[in-house]
Amino acid sequence: MSVFLIIAWILAALIIPPAIYAVETKDLLSAAIAVGFADLVAAIVFLLLQAPDVAITQAAIGAGITLAIFVYAIQRTERWEK
Amino acid sequence: MRKAIAIIISVAVFVILAYFFVTSSAPINYTTGGDYVNPINDHQANQSVPQQYLNDSRKDTGSQNVVTAIVVEYRGFDTLGEVTVLFTAATGLAILLGEYKRRIEKAVEPNFVTQVATVIILPFIVIVGAYIFIHGHLTPGGGFPGGAIIASGFLLLLLVETNRGLPEKKLSITESLAGMSYALIGLLGLVLANEFLENYLPTGIFGTVFSAGIIPLIYIAIGFKVGSELGGILHNIKGVHEE
Repeated sequence: MSVFLIIAWILAALIIPPAIYAVETKDLLSAAIAVGFADLVAAIVFLLLQAPDVAITQAAIGAGITLAIFVYAIQRTERWEK
Repeated sequence: MRKAIAIIISVAVFVILAYFFVTSSAPINYTTGGDYVNPINDHQANQSVPQQYLNDSRKDTGSQNVVTAIVVEYRGFDTLGEVTVLFTAATGLAILLGEYKRRIEKAVEPNFVTQVATVIILPFIVIVGAYIFIHGHLTPGGGFPGGAIIASGFLLLLLVETNRGLPEKKLSITESLAGMSYALIGLLGLVLANEFLENYLPTGIFGTVFSAGIIPLIYIAIGFKVGSELGGILHNIKGVHEE
């Protein structure tokens, strides 16, 4: 098992807490930011697993544009989950 | 109660997935052919599909990036479907939100640092995006990531221009032209090479920008299309300031 694979496993474990937080929290803005963080870590994991094509897409779409779309949608509706 | 059931189900799903991952991550010997036997070519039945792509993509497509060779050449029709899905999503969003202009009570003045930094950094973002989709057949990346990076430049522009949106009409014209040129390149393949999306241009010198036949042309079209489409989505979902 190479060093990169061990780092990839650690980072993959790092995705789980923000994912659970994003589901559980009532604050939708925090949830969107947590999902963005998870996406960013996933991009690094893809890079370490030697899939740079996917990593570029994940970083640009997952961590960038999806987060912006979520924030604009929250701005149009409501921030707190009822 | 519901929470406990949810936790139990998620743990069970995780365990099952982890089991499959661990059992399937045993080293696969590709040289003897994995489980993937290509049923179409019987004379190559012992050769696995991934190995065949790695061996033949240079000869077939002239593309240095094998992922691009698969996405645009071998599975070109899939990519056309993907572009169509994105187009449908953007059109649906435009229909739903285009009419309804959001009224902003008080326009927020953008940060001075953001304003200045955007002017400096925006050209570089667009150039990086264009570089990624022009060099899609040489380096990792391609039309989708390049277009997404250009769209993130549009996002920066939207953050600064709080009162105005993006030039929506120009974006939709760019998008339509790019989509049409993709389909036309494919149809030309039907005329010139008897197959839809088949390569009919010379593959050129391996590893240079002007190589791999129609792959760079298709990726340039996809890059323009995805960039303008995602820009339009961002524009529509943000809304326009109305007094």
